[in-house]
Amino acid sequence: MSTKISRESFIRSIADLLRKTETELPDDVVNAIRKAEAAEENKVAKFQLRAILKNLEIAKKYRVPMCQDTGIMIFFAEIGSEFQPGFDLEAAIREAVILATTEIPLRPNAVDPLTRKNSGNNTGVGIPDIHWKLVPGNQLKITAAPKGAGSENMSSLRMFNPTETGSIKNFVLETIVTAGGMPCPPLTIGIGIGGSFDAAARLAKESLLEPLDAPMEGLEREIFEAVNTLGIGCMGLGGSTTALAVRVKTAHCHTASLPVAVNIQCWANRHASVVFGGDE
Amino acid sequence: MEYHLKTPLKKEDIEKLNAGDIVYISGEILTARDEAHARILEMGEKKEELPFSLEGAVIYHCGPLMQKTENGWKVVSAGPTTSGRMSKMTPPLLKAHDVRAIIGKGGMKDVADALKNGSVYLAYTGGCAALAAELIKEVKAVHWLDLGMPEAVWVLRVEEFGPLIVGIDTKGKDIFAEVREKAQKQLEKQE
Repeated sequence: MSTKISRESFIRSIADLLRKTETELPDDVVNAIRKAEAAEENKVAKFQLRAILKNLEIAKKYRVPMCQDTGIMIFFAEIGSEFQPGFDLEAAIREAVILATTEIPLRPNAVDPLTRKNSGNNTGVGIPDIHWKLVPGNQLKITAAPKGAGSENMSSLRMFNPTETGSIKNFVLETIVTAGGMPCPPLTIGIGIGGSFDAAARLAKESLLEPLDAPMEGLEREIFEAVNTLGIGCMGLGGSTTALAVRVKTAHCHTASLPVAVNIQCWANRHASVVFGGDE
Repeated sequence: MEYHLKTPLKKEDIEKLNAGDIVYISGEILTARDEAHARILEMGEKKEELPFSLEGAVIYHCGPLMQKTENGWKVVSAGPTTSGRMSKMTPPLLKAHDVRAIIGKGGMKDVADALKNGSVYLAYTGGCAALAAELIKEVKAVHWLDLGMPEAVWVLRVEEFGPLIVGIDTKGKDIFAEVREKAQKQLEKQE
């Protein structure tokens, strides 16, 4: 059974998905910012949260990117083992990125890491960055999560000793204090604990996709409350709104290891998904 | 306090500003980020003349998203970029040129002293790029496009550009540094 989808319509869908991701935030993120604005007592911070909400209205209305840093193109794909596209999915996603770059438009952000030469179309070696996960079924779910550099640059990873689980919270807080206003708070803080060096970072990034309105448990709540007592506030100018949420994902790791990654996300927690195939 | 300023800015315009004040700017601003700063300094060392004037200027830490149309360049999205990356290059730049204001986000480390000669740091809400684009009325010129769209120097005409918050004033008061210090103390308490 081949899945009924043409290459052209797939490319169109991914380009449309990118437009949606760049111009409007998921409802749970907007609601979290609204809630923060209502609760914030610091005048400067309140002023800025209002500017963010106004900016979101303009971006959605005129369908323009909410931030000039339209990010580097990151995709999370869950592909059903019975999904048969009949064409090269990676090449098609790449083509959709190139199309979206001129169409939306997106800022060309992909450069060679050493020569710093800009490819001009948001593609390059390893970009778009596509994380594939094989799942049961006959569907393909693609989530676009373009990531800006302001928050990405302030992220951190440390290999702890196995007996240092008690230091995780402090590591996160230190990371947030060092970052200050630079990653554009209010933040979503994604934490990956366990796995390996690279798996921890991926877990941290994946956890940013979790809904912000789901309750925070245990370590998530503990870190969330501690972060918001730091007083960094919206854009590092003070106030109680430093983080909108903290999300933790764990994976089993080597008995001699304890990798911990903190992936910082600015207020513009951009992500959206599209599903192909199924039982039609 | 709230101020509405016009470019080119004079020393008197900015000496009255206090950290925490709100400012709107009309006139001309120039974008510059990492690569442009490096080139400005490099040309200064070689005693070469810049293709634009920085006297009384407002530098905007911004890598805008632009679109080329039949009638020239159109601003699509143009919010501030992280100023911290330009912290080291800013004191020598201010020494060589009478830049009166820097617009950015996130604050800058160890520039308060260099600003005391008559410059301010103005914070624009990070990511508010669609809002900013609405306030940019014209792309007057572009220099150094060879650096790429985000790194080029864009000369923009703006109207009531803001709200900008005075983050560091000419007296050396730095809101970001104060917040950082408090956060550090709070962190030590938690340890």
